Amino acid sequence: MTKFSDLTRMPDARGHFGAYGGRFVSETLSFALEELEETYAALRDDPDFQAEFDHDLAHYVGRPSPLYHAERWSRELGGAQIWLKREDLNHTGAHKVNNTIGQALLAKKSGKPRVIAETGAGQHGVATATVAARLGLECAIYMGAEDVQRQKLNVYRMQLLGAKVIPVESGSRTLKDAMNEALRDWVTNVDNTFYIIGTVAGPHPYPMLVRDFNAVAGREAREQSLKQIGRLPDALIACVGGGSNALGLFYPFVEDEDVAMYGVEAGGDGVETGRHAAPLAGNAPRGVLHGNRTYLMSDEGGQVSETHSISAGLDYPGVGPEHALWKDVGRVNYVAANDKEVLEAFRELTHVEGIMPALESAHALAYAKVLAPTMRPDQHIVINLSGRGDKDILTVAKLDGIEI
Amino acid sequence: MNRIDQRFATLKAQGRTALIPYLTAGDPAPQYTVGFMHALVEAGADIIELGVPFSDPMADGPVIQKACERALKHGTRLSHLFAMVREFRSQDTDTPVVLMGYLNPIERMGYEAFADQASEAGVDGVLTVDMPPEEADEFGPVLKARGLQSIFLVAPTTSDARAGTISAHGEGYLYYVSLKGVTGAATLNVEEIDEHLAPLRKLSDLPLCVGFGIRDGATAAAVGKVAEGVIVGSVLVGQIAACVDDPAAIAPRLKDIMGEMRQALDA
Repeated sequence: MTKFSDLTRMPDARGHFGAYGGRFVSETLSFALEELEETYAALRDDPDFQAEFDHDLAHYVGRPSPLYHAERWSRELGGAQIWLKREDLNHTGAHKVNNTIGQALLAKKSGKPRVIAETGAGQHGVATATVAARLGLECAIYMGAEDVQRQKLNVYRMQLLGAKVIPVESGSRTLKDAMNEALRDWVTNVDNTFYIIGTVAGPHPYPMLVRDFNAVAGREAREQSLKQIGRLPDALIACVGGGSNALGLFYPFVEDEDVAMYGVEAGGDGVETGRHAAPLAGNAPRGVLHGNRTYLMSDEGGQVSETHSISAGLDYPGVGPEHALWKDVGRVNYVAANDKEVLEAFRELTHVEGIMPALESAHALAYAKVLAPTMRPDQHIVINLSGRGDKDILTVAKLDGIEI
Repeated sequence: MNRIDQRFATLKAQGRTALIPYLTAGDPAPQYTVGFMHALVEAGADIIELGVPFSDPMADGPVIQKACERALKHGTRLSHLFAMVREFRSQDTDTPVVLMGYLNPIERMGYEAFADQASEAGVDGVLTVDMPPEEADEFGPVLKARGLQSIFLVAPTTSDARAGTISAHGEGYLYYVSLKGVTGAATLNVEEIDEHLAPLRKLSDLPLCVGFGIRDGATAAAVGKVAEGVIVGSVLVGQIAACVDDPAAIAPRLKDIMGEMRQALDA
């Protein structure tokens, strides 16, 4: 039985999180991953590197982000107090920038003049294009053709920032296909290109370093809870696609056994319909995709399933390997919220608190609506409000039958 | 002796270079694959690499991606591949067959079940593109126990230390990826390949076969001068793509290309 304290010592030297993770890649990439692993190992505990990272987070991203007590919404839900970790207030409007700042520093150290990234909702693409602009790096962003359609605003933002946005027409034309194409680019241009992966998935060492760069949100939230609530919260909630914002919030709390954790996956039309993107909550089989072993939605022949979600950022058939382990050892409860519940939560927070959440983050809010009423008013829930909803206005307007 | 080792021993005795075609099984539809395999052998194939179609072929370029899509549209899966190899073996007991693909379909079936069925069907080797030797602790022995050989890739970016690990785990032959990129990508540089192969020869006794970027008799012959085998994939699969509406035209075209390469290699 894995003790929760053991969870802080993952992954092992070969990038495994228990039975998950690893480095399942074509041989051409092995060298680049070994190189990245060495670069990161040398810098991880280097005070100068950490100081540079912290400086950028403070002065460029605007950290720390506030922990906001949503008093009115808490009263309406009639249970626990709701606190929002306001990652939506970061520069570029989501948690994604924490990681891209970190990886851009690694890219700079490695001397590679070009960066690439995959993106679903476009938030990671925007965050990558942003740091590339700041450092003067050439930038290409791969985005599923379907997502290019539903996230037009972010596509244009990336272009304004000087990035080349490449629509991916293969497969289901969403996030997983964008990642396939980014990997193909990297194999071809591995000498001059740094791949900035946007989530806690992919081959080792990506799941580890993306987690580390995002954990700043959890460290802040822990400190802010002690100061503002006077103790640790009773529960944490975050949405999970690949799972970077969730791991960022959860990781610094992993040994705090009295803090319950809920990861909310994309239920799409409902997990029971099969049209969803919830490999953990839906108990998908184990599988290998994009360099790591994890829970992976696939058919009996091992072909990766098409996923369905209103939010492009969660529309992914796999999940970060560390989440897979945390599910197995019972540290986190993985649940799903379906599209309808998510839209309700999106509207509710906008009306009641004047905060428009990203549809991804609205999954976490939808589950708060379920959990909070079962708790007492002297109990506290911290939710990772991972991104702002401006990018989703066209999607919501379309559902409302409004042409903008 | 495994069919692959036997074949390379024979070729060595004859002073010839192996010609190894790749086709995606089930492309353009499952009923054609066995016929194509026989056609390839008639035109001079020494070993056949049979691709297992996968929804997310990350190391492949557009030509083989599309081949996977065509095969998957017809529901081609591992159980069909085993049936194809079995049928092929009813007429051809000599030509080695290597299954080449990605790990997830095998993972989903289970290593033991996969290895049992593959060996029973008459498969000789398995090349899993996204499983380097470091991750093959469990799978490698399962294959070995059934006489199936594990074939691994070596790339231009592979360090000497890694090449040592790969050689220690590899069987059958080493598949040298001639260029940085996906299958079907641009041109190759034979001198550069030769420079990379030289240190490999010191590390390994396995035959070195070169793939990625071989498209005609001239490139095959040039590479054949520095390697024990040439692997050709996208240019063959491209013929299938061109004849999707006229499947009867495919086998003759495959034979033309193979014939030209065979001739160039043997000249």
